[in-house]
Amino acid sequence: MSNLLAIAAREFKSLFLSPLAWTVLAVLQLILAYLFLTQVETFVTLQSKLAAMVNGPGLTDIIVPPLFGNAGIVLLLVTPLLTMRLICEERRNKTLPLLLSAPVSITDIVLGKFLGVLGLLSVVLVLITVMPLSLLIGGTLDFGKLFANVIGLFLLMSAFTSIGLYMSCIAVHPTVAALGAFGTLLLLWIMDWSTAIRDQPNPLMEYLSILRHYQNLQSGLLSTADIGYFLLFSGGFLLLSIRHLASERLPQ
Amino acid sequence: MTLLIEASHLSRYYGKHCAVNDVSFSLNNGEVLGFLGVNGAGKTTTMQMLSGNLAASAGSIRINGFDVQNQAKQAKQQLGYLPDVPPLYRELTVLEYLRYCAQLHGLAKHAATAAITYAQARCGLTPVSKRLIANLSKGYQQRIGIAQAILHNPKVIILDEPTVGLDPLQIREIRALIRELGQDHGVILSTHILTEVAETCSHVQIIHQGQLLLSDSIAGLQQRMGSRILQITTRFPVDTAVLLAIPGVIAIETLNNQQLKIQHSSDHNPSQQITETIIAAGWELQELTPMPTSIEDIFIQLTEGHQA
Repeated sequence: MSNLLAIAAREFKSLFLSPLAWTVLAVLQLILAYLFLTQVETFVTLQSKLAAMVNGPGLTDIIVPPLFGNAGIVLLLVTPLLTMRLICEERRNKTLPLLLSAPVSITDIVLGKFLGVLGLLSVVLVLITVMPLSLLIGGTLDFGKLFANVIGLFLLMSAFTSIGLYMSCIAVHPTVAALGAFGTLLLLWIMDWSTAIRDQPNPLMEYLSILRHYQNLQSGLLSTADIGYFLLFSGGFLLLSIRHLASERLPQ
Repeated sequence: MTLLIEASHLSRYYGKHCAVNDVSFSLNNGEVLGFLGVNGAGKTTTMQMLSGNLAASAGSIRINGFDVQNQAKQAKQQLGYLPDVPPLYRELTVLEYLRYCAQLHGLAKHAATAAITYAQARCGLTPVSKRLIANLSKGYQQRIGIAQAILHNPKVIILDEPTVGLDPLQIREIRALIRELGQDHGVILSTHILTEVAETCSHVQIIHQGQLLLSDSIAGLQQRMGSRILQITTRFPVDTAVLLAIPGVIAIETLNNQQLKIQHSSDHNPSQQITETIIAAGWELQELTPMPTSIEDIFIQLTEGHQA
């Protein structure tokens, strides 16, 4: 367990040793702050109309789901860049033997790497959450809905990280890993678009789509099916990563 | 004497290519075992199997009694490994890197600090401990690799070509360090530098095309191979045909008018008869020296003999 944390801590720290982590934090914050402010603007213009509606959407409904939804899309682009080096770079720099000959299991290595990147993404999550919280100065929020959005984005981040980690295990070059992860994520994201075109819902496509599950969570509905989807997704790719690294030792 | 490594009938295939073929050996505490072989002989593959980086296709390895396959964690705790390329994180300082290695081996914070100070002092890294690894020379990087391998005071130390890329002075220091480590650890080092084996090792193994051709102590090796060449200096030119007739003499190489090299069979030493013959013929013997057989001779003889 201490080995696992040592690997996670090193991964987290080394992200901050390169400009990458700082750039990601800065760019994400800039874009999301802009989107946040436009949502606040929308709310201010619509405020009088909304007040007249019975059971109309409140401050939280107007601002939080769009903000977290956009954060999901931006992270879809960014996470593959953070995960691409995880295993791939260790293999290229020949540092993997250090981990493999230390008394550390492959599960520790994979989970440590996973937690390291998830640590950075948690910082991103905190920074995103602070923005709607700042509205408490002059208003009130629906904390239940905000909480559901935070949980949803966290689960989304762990799913993105696990698939990026797996791609980094199987790819020879970091760029290939990033492209692989990005391609797979985008495909899963847009999977249910086809059903929208034909106007005939396809239950399988709908179930596989990440977007559909994320939107369910964003609406404030913490259902077991959606949480289970993300946990299975992350767990599945972590397991594949462990299996792949373990099989590399074996004779082909 | 405790048995630290017990490798039996190791084989490793890459696809159809057999890199290591049925190799068995053992290592005791207090021994420095030199693994000798040309490039591509299977040295690195064997080391990777010992360190748990590769699984063997067949055979088993026990390190200090723990099976590498089934008791991987315990076996790896007994082990320090320097791969052929030192596994360094270039963005860390020497101190940060060694602290991370100590954490990986589960050393407690207090023990880690003491171990790091000791390893740094032993490998001559104390003056550079706050510098970035990326900015250090190859010699220093190699030493960091060795420091990492001895950090947790393992019973077995495996070094894959530890002196590659070092200058002559550093090579001498590292060899002295290896000899010192060999007194209270078991050390395996692979190399293709023949003098390195003669200087640092107590035992030697020659591996060629995946097969173990020879496994012996340095002393035993020298005794077994014996001297097979006599160098003779006389005052007057010698009639080589007369000397060739002496039983046991295989070949004579004339260096100049006064000097000869005589190769003889290992089971029959004809120096007594040669001396008598030369004196009787009046060529005036001035010098008769048995030439020591170098490891190089043995190595070339074994590997070439094997190919033929």
